[in-house]
Amino acid sequence: MIARTLPVIDRDNQAYWIWGRDGKLAIHRCAACEYYVHPPVAFCPRCESRDVAPHAVSGRGRVVTFTVNHKAWVPDLTEPYVLALVAIAEQDDVRIPCNIVECPPDAVDFDMEVEVVFEPAEDLWIPLFRPVQS
Amino acid sequence: MTRFAEKNTAITGVGMSEVSRGATKSALGLTVDAALEAIADAGLTRADIDGIATWPGEKADGSGFSPVGCAALQDALRLEVGWYGGGGEAPGQYGAVFNAIGAIAAGLCRNVLIFRTMYEATARKTAYANSLLREGQRQAGPFAWYAPYYTYAAALQQALFFNLYVHKSGIKPEQVGQIAVNQRRNAALNPNAIYKTPITIDDYLASPLIATPLRIYDCDVPIDGAAAIIVSRMDVARDLKNPPIRIEAIGSSMRYRNSWTQLAELDTQAQPKVAEMMWGRTDLKAADVDIAQLYDGFSFHTINWLENFGFCERYGAKDFIDGGHRIALGGELPVNSGGGAMSGGRLHAYGAVHEACTQLWGRAGARQVKGDPQVCATSTSGGPLAGAMLLVRD
Ligand SMILES: [Zn+2]
Repeated sequence: MIARTLPVIDRDNQAYWIWGRDGKLAIHRCAACEYYVHPPVAFCPRCESRDVAPHAVSGRGRVVTFTVNHKAWVPDLTEPYVLALVAIAEQDDVRIPCNIVECPPDAVDFDMEVEVVFEPAEDLWIPLFRPVQS
Repeated sequence: MTRFAEKNTAITGVGMSEVSRGATKSALGLTVDAALEAIADAGLTRADIDGIATWPGEKADGSGFSPVGCAALQDALRLEVGWYGGGGEAPGQYGAVFNAIGAIAAGLCRNVLIFRTMYEATARKTAYANSLLREGQRQAGPFAWYAPYYTYAAALQQALFFNLYVHKSGIKPEQVGQIAVNQRRNAALNPNAIYKTPITIDDYLASPLIATPLRIYDCDVPIDGAAAIIVSRMDVARDLKNPPIRIEAIGSSMRYRNSWTQLAELDTQAQPKVAEMMWGRTDLKAADVDIAQLYDGFSFHTINWLENFGFCERYGAKDFIDGGHRIALGGELPVNSGGGAMSGGRLHAYGAVHEACTQLWGRAGARQVKGDPQVCATSTSGGPLAGAMLLVRD
């Protein structure tokens, strides 16, 4: 597969793209009320606390929706591949775009239980999800 | 009903350039054609135009998505305007119209030239391909959350939402395909449409998958072209050439998470709140609508608008479009009578307004909807963006 296009890293998103180095999925969480705030920002829309910081979640989730790509958008793109939105187990309205890996595209389904794995890319660690193994 | 600002405005003229998959003029040249046609159609001259608006404003990135902005057109036509506005942070493509309504209400202008120009067919033949991503460049902004996952086009994001809709509604491919078949049938009667060769449901089912469940025939077609409309203050409009087409109600909302990933209801996108707002600004009801020009960047949008405007119940569009009779030109609710963006060309919601006015003025020739249509619902949408307008011939 061709190289992934990577995000610009800023203060709010850096834990999300870097903590995978230690096998951790970082999602911002409010220290006061435990609400997960994503995309990350240091403000809790529920209780208005500013005490919101990256927190290691379980890395488990469910497939909210997905699509199997069949079009070669750019040269050397290996398709088909699965683009999905995964809701984290801790809070269903936190949705993470990702590829579903270690699974045939036609086996991916709605509500499938998945777990995070990380793929290194330059200085980042890209969160991906695979079917729960255990 | 409160005298909302839009009720003091009307569309008084429309224009469209040649629409092609490889223009013989520049993008600005096409825009001039559409603008001059709209000005003349309203019975105005360049000297009468005192406002200009467009969405999303000039994007000089080579993509052809919006190559012409207010400044270029103003200078080309040597207009003297009291107000102008372009910009992408608006409730979809009709944001330019909503801004113009506000400017008219504020007394800044009386006749606003609103345009949308696309040059994507030429752009895709040259450097840009059809990618949202630039090789070797890191992505910033909201799209950066998708960028690492080989998300090269809005089609992939829309396919995510569409697949969830299919899962929840149980709509069948042969029902989805009625949108494409209907619009191709209508396009055959539209001299300015791109694709006129009829297609059948079997053709639809045999067409290539882009991203499940999205097929090539579910997508609009990139073109080179420009459309323009004149929005005038109502007292001015009543003195002009055409019967004014009143902007009866608009829908413009951000009462949802405006995000490509965190939308509250992914499968209805931003449409429900926008439609609710529009219906809250008029005494008219869905049953009063004679024709509909519903956004069709993807057929999924059109299907979704049928439900969210209330032409059928939630997840009931599959029955409404089944067989294609109700949405056909002779049906109870003719939809996208000019072929829409999927067969007519991607003028990005402004082709739809042009067609709405053409029908309401009774000028649509072979594709004219019978029964003297007077009320048209129009919409724009895509992911978290949406806008709606109810247009009524005076
Ligand atoms: Zn909190």
